[in-house]
Amino acid sequence: MDKMIAGKTISVTEEGFLTEFGQWDKSIAEAIAAENNISLSPRHWEVLNYIQSEYKKETPLSIRKIGKSGVVDIKEFYSLFPMAPLKTATKIAGIPKPVSCI
Amino acid sequence: MKRLVILGAGTGGTMMAKHLSKELDRKLWNITIVDDKKEHYYQPGFLFLPFDQYKPEDIVKPISKFIPKGVEFINQAAKKIQPEDKSILLSDGSSISYDILIVATGSDIDPGETEGMHGSEWDKSIFTFYNFEGAKALRDKLKTWEGGKLVVHITEMPIKCPVAPLEFAFLADSFFKDKGMRDKVDITYVTPLSGAFTKPKCTEALNYLLSEKNIMIETDFAIESVDNENKTINDYGGKSVPFDLLVTVPTNKGSQVIELSGLGDELNFIPTDKGTLQSKNYPDIFVIGDATNVPTSKAGSVVHFEAEILTENIISYIKGQKLEQEFDGHSNCFIETGNGKALLIDFNYDHEPVTGTFPIAGIGPLRLLKESRFNHWGKLAFKWVYWNMLLKARPIPFVSAKMNEAGKDYN
Ligand SMILES: Cc1cc2nc3c(=O)[nH]c(=O)nc-3n(C[C@H](O)[C@H](O)[C@H](O)COP(=O)(O)OP(=O)(O)OC[C@H]3O[C@@H](n4cnc5c(N)ncnc54)[C@H](O)[C@@H]3O)c2cc1C
Repeated sequence: MDKMIAGKTISVTEEGFLTEFGQWDKSIAEAIAAENNISLSPRHWEVLNYIQSEYKKETPLSIRKIGKSGVVDIKEFYSLFPMAPLKTATKIAGIPKPVSCI
Repeated sequence: MKRLVILGAGTGGTMMAKHLSKELDRKLWNITIVDDKKEHYYQPGFLFLPFDQYKPEDIVKPISKFIPKGVEFINQAAKKIQPEDKSILLSDGSSISYDILIVATGSDIDPGETEGMHGSEWDKSIFTFYNFEGAKALRDKLKTWEGGKLVVHITEMPIKCPVAPLEFAFLADSFFKDKGMRDKVDITYVTPLSGAFTKPKCTEALNYLLSEKNIMIETDFAIESVDNENKTINDYGGKSVPFDLLVTVPTNKGSQVIELSGLGDELNFIPTDKGTLQSKNYPDIFVIGDATNVPTSKAGSVVHFEAEILTENIISYIKGQKLEQEFDGHSNCFIETGNGKALLIDFNYDHEPVTGTFPIAGIGPLRLLKESRFNHWGKLAFKWVYWNMLLKARPIPFVSAKMNEAGKDYN
């Protein structure tokens, strides 16, 4: 379905994950972050950049993996993206919801 | 003579030994299977053991009973796989070489991964039913437990048979009702996922079961530690859940030999081609069952479907042909819902569980995603099917390795 984000028409899933990474840009990220009551600091961006680069390498993402990345530990990951950090961070990063769910 | 080595004589290893002992030219190929255990466990039975519905003898049999004739069994642990010189170091210090290796070392729980889980309350108020000893200890605990807060908990995904903890909660509800003490027990289900079921379709269709059985649920819970003194589990986000009896599924990891051999990912699962089941790094190593990292459930039914595909692919590999057979992630499982009923779900890499009939389109007799007594008998019959058909690699009538798309409602 389509959704207006940061003044642009963006194609998203029912849960709000972008379906085309090509439509993502920084203003989109900021708008999705704001919907989740997060304002993006440089520290957030380090994590988001890491997540996007792993996604491009097709590595499956998990909380454990991110905790071991050396970029951020799990505690801080939670404080940056409270509640469900992996879901929130991937949504802001414009990539599909990780399929840890099997 | 060439040698094919199978590492692990559990569900997958045993099935592959059976298939390949029939298919390979035995004048050219020696087949060897390696396992350090002497017992083969029917792991789905671990769910019923705590409630005294199965006896230990129903679910344990000697490994050697299922090793086909003409297959050599080495009763030792593999210490290291050395892919560069195609050999395996064994626990007695000797080594064996292979031309083809099938890794079927499964996955195991590691409570040590979570701070405080394997602490002073382990086996006192903290239990798991994810191995034989744990399930037995929990049975003894439940015999005398007088009630309180029961917390059923998943540490992190992936775990084998991802619905088993939920089934445990359902069966616990029935168990305490039958004992006339349901009013003395609070049941809370704590999961790292966003819903009770791993697949959103299931959560939608089946959430009523939780309210019907008065089971509370705590989602998106990523455990950081267990507090043995105050008897709480605490998550990274600052949430805390109190328990009197914690039944947890600790982190599931691949076998340690995978880590020591540098063959696995961060949980010791082996990067595996999800279609052909060939290891991504070594063409002469194939992987089956829980040991792989393929994105489908870690379940015996999956292993059964994989075994058929892998047998074909190994024959092609030996002939130097392209690996034609592609696994589609087909998985099906019965879900016990208590009170003598069960559900059945069927899915693959592409399709979430759907409603419809199984295994024969339009006829069934099993209904997908609907509770029934028939499905419950199906689940109990699975024990017989496992010992007598699956391990012996006999085909199950009407059930194919690839998911049958007819008779199912996709929407
Ligand atoms: C509680 C519970 C309920 C379940 N319910 C169901 C269900 O209802 N339906 C379903 O389909 N599946 C169910 N499963 C899952 C199913 O049992 C497993 O997915 C299946 O057994 C996996 O087969 P496998 O061959 O990969 O591993 P396993 O059968 O676990 O075999 C692995 C073998 O490798 C051996 N091994 C490991 N490391 C080494 C080493 N270094 N050297 C030598 N040997 C080694 C082990 O000793 C073991 O014998 C359940 C599992 C559990 C725990």
